[in-house]
Amino acid sequence: MTAPGDRLGPTLFERSRPGRGGGKVPHPPKGALARIPASQLRADGPRLPEVSEPELTRHYVNLSRLNYSVDSGFYPLGSCTMKYNPKIDEWAARLNGFAALHPLAPDDLAQGTLQLLWELEQALAEIGGMQAVTLQPAAGAQGELTGILMTRAYHRSRGEVERTEVLVPDSAHGTNPATASMAGFKTVSIPSAADGGVDVEAFRAALGPRTAAVMITNPSTLGLFEARLGELLAAVHKVGALAYMDGANLNAIMGRFKPGEAGFDVMHFNVHKTFSTPHGGGGPGAGPVGVGEKLLPFLPSPRVLREPDGRFKLEAEGERATSIGRVRAFVGNTGVLVRAYAYIRAHGGSGLCEVSDDAVLAANYLKARLRDVLDVPFDRPCMHEFVASSATLKAQTGIRTLDVAKRLIDYGFHPPTIYFPLTVEEALLIEPTETESIETLDSFVTAIERIVEEAHSDPELLHSAPHNSPVRRLDETMAARQPNLRWQAMTGGQTPCPE
Amino acid sequence: MPYGPHTPEDRARMLEVIGVDAVDDLFADIPQSLRTSGLGLPPPESEAELSAHLLKLAAANRVDLVSFLGAGAYSHFVPAVVDQLLLRSEFYTAYTPYQPEISQGTLQTIYEYQSLLAELTGLDVVSASHYDGATATAEGALMACRATRRERVLVSRGVHPHYRQTLCTYFGGASLVADEIPLLADGTAAGTTAAGTTDLAALERMLADVDRPIAGVVVANPSFFGLLEPMAEIGRLAHAAGALFVAVVEPVSLAVLATPGDYEADIAAGEGQPLGMPLAYGGPYLGILACREALVRQIPGRLVGMTADVDGRRAFVMTLRAREQDIRREKASSNICTNQALCALAAAMYLAAIGPHGLRDVAALGAARATELELALAAAGAPRLHPGPYLNEFAVRVPGAPEVHRRLLEHGVLAGLPLARVIPDDPSFADALLVCATETTTSEDIAAFATALAALVAEPQVGVR
Repeated sequence: MTAPGDRLGPTLFERSRPGRGGGKVPHPPKGALARIPASQLRADGPRLPEVSEPELTRHYVNLSRLNYSVDSGFYPLGSCTMKYNPKIDEWAARLNGFAALHPLAPDDLAQGTLQLLWELEQALAEIGGMQAVTLQPAAGAQGELTGILMTRAYHRSRGEVERTEVLVPDSAHGTNPATASMAGFKTVSIPSAADGGVDVEAFRAALGPRTAAVMITNPSTLGLFEARLGELLAAVHKVGALAYMDGANLNAIMGRFKPGEAGFDVMHFNVHKTFSTPHGGGGPGAGPVGVGEKLLPFLPSPRVLREPDGRFKLEAEGERATSIGRVRAFVGNTGVLVRAYAYIRAHGGSGLCEVSDDAVLAANYLKARLRDVLDVPFDRPCMHEFVASSATLKAQTGIRTLDVAKRLIDYGFHPPTIYFPLTVEEALLIEPTETESIETLDSFVTAIERIVEEAHSDPELLHSAPHNSPVRRLDETMAARQPNLRWQAMTGGQTPCPE
Repeated sequence: MPYGPHTPEDRARMLEVIGVDAVDDLFADIPQSLRTSGLGLPPPESEAELSAHLLKLAAANRVDLVSFLGAGAYSHFVPAVVDQLLLRSEFYTAYTPYQPEISQGTLQTIYEYQSLLAELTGLDVVSASHYDGATATAEGALMACRATRRERVLVSRGVHPHYRQTLCTYFGGASLVADEIPLLADGTAAGTTAAGTTDLAALERMLADVDRPIAGVVVANPSFFGLLEPMAEIGRLAHAAGALFVAVVEPVSLAVLATPGDYEADIAAGEGQPLGMPLAYGGPYLGILACREALVRQIPGRLVGMTADVDGRRAFVMTLRAREQDIRREKASSNICTNQALCALAAAMYLAAIGPHGLRDVAALGAARATELELALAAAGAPRLHPGPYLNEFAVRVPGAPEVHRRLLEHGVLAGLPLARVIPDDPSFADALLVCATETTTSEDIAAFATALAALVAEPQVGVR
């Protein structure tokens, strides 16, 4: 067991003292559990920590200060769209009418939320150029699974059970191949072309009667629009396969490109990226899925429906036999969807177009400023993000992308996504988003310039970075070899319950 | 654009540095034939207009009724300190702690969450979170298949119907099989109180089929119908057949009920919403997934471990990452990436705020209120459907339950869930309401329900369907 340094505080468990805390709920009457057989009861109460409210507050406030966050600074984590999260969205999700509504409340009691969900579906369908949208998936990866399961159901409904393969470019997020496996498909990885785009010829060669779907991230994980997309989609449809668009990078193209109109059959949205619902330290997000005509019958149940009289309702249990079924309990991460709805209304159609324009403008500006400092492998206009590389720097100085990233922490920035995509050596995937000012972008450039200078003048400074963070580089090998995944010595709750 | 910082001068300067005349030039890669122009959405709303609209929508929901509705999502008192601390935007505007040096806040809170849930479930390993109880249950069943290299699980009909349906969706994709274990019907177990619980004789028969070996047995305690299941016996039967035992649990109940560790479950899954999360029409909630140490490399989702930094100081880091999709791609244990970390943080804060005695009080007070509810409803003409032990939720028999439920809304009472709505295929639930009480239920609430119900039951036409 390690001891905390001067920046980390003790754990909740080390703070626990018998008799601290309490007073939150009334005590039950004696014998409240007497009707339950002893064999069904827990022998001892759980050893949860006993802490007072003031200590608890300081515990979490001080922990929060060890985090880097969008609200504390620039967070150019590529493919994650770490834009500002509007405060009115937090306020809205907490309104009692939304927050206190039970998910199985009869439709008559839920008209406000049902209207919101229905309108959000319509807005996303417009943005994606899709026929319909389901809001159920809890995250992008679950959206992918939902979309690929619908694809599977589509082919099976046509008797085409021999379609067992999903084609994925090698630059794709890991969720794409992992999703294909979960949905029972074999992943076929297609190498990218030299210009970073999809290799249409390689796809053509791999497409055939066994192909169920092709999963394309557009713009790609290299931050490039797939210029040969039209050819690719035509080839996919020619062999009877479906085209899935991973919408992780939708922030670049709102209003300028609608996947459904271009020919994609199914896509997911990451509302925690494009529509600025907070990332929550890892979640929750939501991953709505849009579909075209072919997949409409297979949407997960229940759908939100509007009746001719303008009232809203949920589909009844078992109402649509063609549905792939449920992908979760209840109807979705509604609290997250309230935030996305508020974000879309605040921007309106014109504002969302400006979001994409400014996101692309910021990325190209940063790329232009960094072009002479780091390698920029694909030197053509990028979308909302771009790939830089420390390959030359490494050859000259031995400094790797990891060192650059860790040194950025000392300069007060969150590092970009590193070593992804896997297809670029020493990659840094940089996504500034539309909510960062030119002054912030310039200060980031200055930091990178200084780090590159330091790589030549004082490489050890970078090897051992970060120096100013709450902890320094970690022993990840020890963490994996001798996993310590829980506090063993829990002590709370062993004194008799106060009466 | 409401949150954009750029002035016209900023934009002009950026275009100049890039070396293009207009933003349009940056989109030259989009083929002409695929371009669209603009979005058919309403114009932007000012924050004042937007807030008025949202208030109106929120007010169009009815949350003022006296509610006895649970069925997988429960109304509990949440100490004010929980939401105040959740508003620390250093937590909610960060992402997955890929850079541990500047993410120790998130990492330590996840480690503490894992520890708290390990203590509650009596198991060793807890994932950093899944989407909800349903997906955690499905992932738990998939773990059982991977660990045993078998392709079939048995799922009790006492598991929440949404969880069973979700599990079927996940299993269909993976070409795995999920068969249902029936429940003991009324009267089949004369002299016992087992009606409505998992049919052990049927389970034993299904486990004995050597041609179709079973990977896992999935049973909920309390069941969807609120009943306490013979978990220890089910675990023994499962293990004797070489299957893993997956327990679906409700976390508040674990303050007083025997734990998955006590009855030797291999995997526990459950819905963490009762630990400090609002009902919020279904989410975001918290998928709890826990397992024995031997299964640690099979568990999907993120795990945080304690380690040290180069100076030997305590630090936390995501670990055993070789299970995850960004490393293993198509061979990963799951495709999960974004999880429900902020909900796990809420659960940890709730447990720390309420404390060990407080959590037992919440569970026991819910049980006491439920006893009161049972007596009041029975006196009003709605006796329990099943006789066996329960904690704080149970089904009652009311002739014409869906209609009675609808009529009670007019009296300001949300009388739980008509079971026919979620289990339309089983006539034995046609006349049943599933009701629950928690520590937030008052004697006045119970009296209002019972009085309105008694009046309705006395009306001759209501009972006739």
